[in-house]
Amino acid sequence: MVEILSKALTRILSTIIPSRVSGRGRALVYAGLAIVLAIVFMAIAAPLLTPYDPTRRAGRSFQPPSWEHPFGTNNLGYDMWARTVYGARTVLIVVFLSIVLSMAMGVPLGLFSGYYGGRIDRALSMLMDAIYAFPSLVLAISLAVALGPSLFNAAIAIAVVYVPTYFRMVRGQVLSIKEELFVEVARALGIPTSRIIFRHILPHLIPTIMVVFSLSAADAVLTEAALSYLGLSVQPPTPDWGYDLYKGKGFVLSGYWWLIFFPGLMITLLATGFALIGEGLSEQIRRERL
Amino acid sequence: MGLLRYIAVRAMLIVPTVLILYTLVFIVLRILPGDPVLAVLGTKNIPPEQLEQIRHNLGLDKPYIVQYFEYLWNVLHGDFGTSMVISGRSITADLLERLPATVELAIAGLIVSLAIGITTGFIAATKRDTKLDLGLRVFGSVTYTLFIPWLGLMFQLIFAVWLRWLPASGRIDPDVGLETVTGFYILDSIITGNMEAFRSALSHMILPALTLGLVLSGPYTRLVRTNLVKALESNYVLAYHARGVRGSRILLHAFRNALIPVVTYAGLQFALLLGGAVLTETTFDWPGIGTYLVEKVSYRDYPAIQAVVIVFAFFVGVISLIVDLIYALLDPRIRY
Repeated sequence: MVEILSKALTRILSTIIPSRVSGRGRALVYAGLAIVLAIVFMAIAAPLLTPYDPTRRAGRSFQPPSWEHPFGTNNLGYDMWARTVYGARTVLIVVFLSIVLSMAMGVPLGLFSGYYGGRIDRALSMLMDAIYAFPSLVLAISLAVALGPSLFNAAIAIAVVYVPTYFRMVRGQVLSIKEELFVEVARALGIPTSRIIFRHILPHLIPTIMVVFSLSAADAVLTEAALSYLGLSVQPPTPDWGYDLYKGKGFVLSGYWWLIFFPGLMITLLATGFALIGEGLSEQIRRERL
Repeated sequence: MGLLRYIAVRAMLIVPTVLILYTLVFIVLRILPGDPVLAVLGTKNIPPEQLEQIRHNLGLDKPYIVQYFEYLWNVLHGDFGTSMVISGRSITADLLERLPATVELAIAGLIVSLAIGITTGFIAATKRDTKLDLGLRVFGSVTYTLFIPWLGLMFQLIFAVWLRWLPASGRIDPDVGLETVTGFYILDSIITGNMEAFRSALSHMILPALTLGLVLSGPYTRLVRTNLVKALESNYVLAYHARGVRGSRILLHAFRNALIPVVTYAGLQFALLLGGAVLTETTFDWPGIGTYLVEKVSYRDYPAIQAVVIVFAFFVGVISLIVDLIYALLDPRIRY
């Protein structure tokens, strides 16, 4: 396990900071990393960045952005900058949990399904394809409703929706890798199947998994925001960008732009950050293969 | 005759997709903890006999397996059951009333996204490796990560609140008195010759369609660019040049071939379009299936949610069938 992790880490590092290749791919990864890390920093250092409590009145209601309240205040007089920095925690936790969960389900299922084939593989593929083809947001909404609104349940709902993404990608790759000579050799040497799958095949998939990881993180950010926009994630007054945006919707006609602009901008920025990392990595991989 | 057979076989494939999603949602909604009846009524101070009565009326006292097949049987006959919140309200009637709004929005969004995507992709490919190309490619990747409600609300702020050019939300001005024939307001206003209604419906359509279309346009930009570049490098384009065919004519030929994958992709993206439509509808108070779903979500109206999932699954299946057929018609190499 440690060996896989260390291999994975060197692999990731070598993709992110490549010695040979340079250019667009790397620039994209750097730009994306800068955005994501800035938001992660915001989440960790939240108490240092604002003197206000995100769930307490900090001044008059509906104050436009000023030095005192850089992102203004909302209808309850909460400081929106405080809600923004603390809100980063909520979205990052949900996204991290959901991605790890869906990877933990999708990757092993894809590995075994692809390696063994047969009836179970066909049944699983059909199930995954059906989920994959369906509007993911609608499915996430249904699951979140059934589970009840909470941070953890939102993470589960998002995780289920992205399992097929990992499953399909991993399965497809395993199908081609398992035909390669080194797998045949491993089998001929009598190495146990589970060892072949995890030690011989899995390391080859890590770059692709990384790409899917960052791209689905971008999707997960948007889905989390959508769920909380619809009131299906954390409950108020916990700060959350999607929920704040929903609250801001009620004041569009009054022209209180800061209640809409900032929460939505943060959602889009974080999603863009992950998407840039994913795209940069996939460009790197494509070039390495050429 | 091959094509008809293909259509039949392909249509059969919709069945398992719908069944799988129905089963999934059925299991999730029934077997998870929490009593749906209590959740809907939102109170625990109801005498048990009355609760039993409500359960009986909704058929919830039957074994799961019976409920599963009964519901399926009813759906096959076009009956999605009745709402759990407003007793006796037919879900089928609700859905039929709201479906045209969603379809209208989806079509408008698709048209906008294709228009933006194909134009930008075309420009990027013809101005390859220039600053404009790079800019358009960045545009293509960034639009995808725009959060739909944010974009929609910003459009409302700019175009409805500050500039007052367009209405902020809704589907039509209620004062114009449009007679509905098909439920598609733009079509209806043309049929009945109601110009005022037509203008109103169109002006209400612009912002939602632009929001949905812009977010979904990115992949088309990329797809058209990549395919057009590939087509322009291919041997048949070289052959055209050798024969002295005019440049614009060659571009037209290459462009047509570059569009074929766009059709396939438009079909694949339909699920995304529907998901985006849910968010667009709630942002613009557009009375479609998406807002219906969200309304029902707040009441935890299980039968209604189940019905929306089935309808969407069916939709996705039918669209992918249609796309396959268009693909077959466009590409003469594909024969069934």
